[in-house]
Amino acid sequence: MDWTALGLSLRLGLVTVALLLPLSFLLARWLAFGRFHGRGFVEALVALPLILPPTVVGFYLLVAFGRGSPVGAAFEALFGQPLVFSFEGLVLASLLVNLPFAVQPMQNALAAIPQNVRDAARCCGLSPLQAIRKVELPLALPGIATAAVLTFAHTLGEFGVVLMVGGSIPGETRTISIAIYDRVQAFDEPAAGAMALVLLVTAVAALAITNTLARRAGKRD
Amino acid sequence: MTRRRIVLARVLACAVLPMAAVSLEARGANAQPATPGSTKTPLVAAASDLQFALDEIVARFHSDTGITPRVTYGSSGNFARQIEQGAPFELFLSADEAYVDRLTARGLTQGKGALYGVGRIVLFVPHGSPLEPDPGLRNLAARLASGESGRLAIANPEHAPYGRAAEQALRSLGVWEAVQPKLLLGENVAQAAQFASSGNADGGIIAYSLALAPALRERGTFALLPDTLHAPLRQRMVLLQRASPAAASFYDYLRAPASRAILSQYGFVLPED
Repeated sequence: MDWTALGLSLRLGLVTVALLLPLSFLLARWLAFGRFHGRGFVEALVALPLILPPTVVGFYLLVAFGRGSPVGAAFEALFGQPLVFSFEGLVLASLLVNLPFAVQPMQNALAAIPQNVRDAARCCGLSPLQAIRKVELPLALPGIATAAVLTFAHTLGEFGVVLMVGGSIPGETRTISIAIYDRVQAFDEPAAGAMALVLLVTAVAALAITNTLARRAGKRD
Repeated sequence: MTRRRIVLARVLACAVLPMAAVSLEARGANAQPATPGSTKTPLVAAASDLQFALDEIVARFHSDTGITPRVTYGSSGNFARQIEQGAPFELFLSADEAYVDRLTARGLTQGKGALYGVGRIVLFVPHGSPLEPDPGLRNLAARLASGESGRLAIANPEHAPYGRAAEQALRSLGVWEAVQPKLLLGENVAQAAQFASSGNADGGIIAYSLALAPALRERGTFALLPDTLHAPLRQRMVLLQRASPAAASFYDYLRAPASRAILSQYGFVLPED
């Protein structure tokens, strides 16, 4: 059992959720309530990581944020270390690949709020921000929780992208799914088995939680 | 207007604060490896044929010095690419010195490094396989000709030196064309060994150093292939630009007699200094 890898994966999951949820909420809100041309296109972009092979995402990340790229060079000049093969690079990759897992449940939850409820909030003199806090956030809470759980669980399980932009550095980019791969190659099946079990239990728990949340949200409607 | 501005401020706070928190946390997490010199855990990239031999050396080095090198095993070609792209390794042990030479030519290393061993390849056959461990691969050729051959695992010749040596050996013996549809390519030689030893392939051409490891010895038998069948696997290690003193002392330790004895036990032919 590689505790460092498990700790790293948990940290990556928490950081991803903390960063992605606020950003995705705004994006989900825009997609749910906004009336604009090209919404289908934006929705397709958000969903893209669901169907793109992780190697494709990893390849573009290497191209876009590698040493040769302007972003990668700027990051290295600022922080004295390259963005790829670092924890920060993994966070960035994780934010991108988890976008659909965070946006879609929240968008569905927000879209399910009846228009008259939102109108009533405005009529009662709530500012947009108060409306978000007192009406939208509570009503969309199951969707937000689902987004958080799915993002967290999916981050723990992400393999292909991490393999391509991470490089399996202990304590830095060797996440638990990469550690399983490494342990299998080292003929250490007991350790691989223990870590695989951790991920299996996490995945089952995540699905149980999201299903319960979905059922609760369904009952209330 | 003011209300809108407040909303904007809050939104920005939501987006930026966690980011700041992350960068702080990430800085903290990186503080160790980012400051060469103070680190007690130098970062080592090692060819996967060293999987078992290097673990032993690392354990001894740790008990002698208190320093614990953090080792990542993989294919030498992948490591060379990652180092060119800025991966923070301090010491690179390559299964093919050409990769080290390329990094040296690009100014990414400290000096030209040192040869630490010459690798050999074996035909490994798991228990219960219809293949026979024979250094001439005659049994494999016969099975291929009769069309009853199962899978043969080798490392990916595109970026794994042991895969390249396996390909050369198969070509030298004139069975490359016939065996190609039956090949199972591992990402590196340790994965090829895993495929072969787990019985998922009938056999594999893998590193001698892996076949000698206890984990594999109990899973099958092997035959050492003549080194005339392939170009020598000259293995070179080199300190990289960001190497800390701890990495440098591990590099020296690897060249000391005790380490050389372990490498020799694992079937590496030692270079004359």
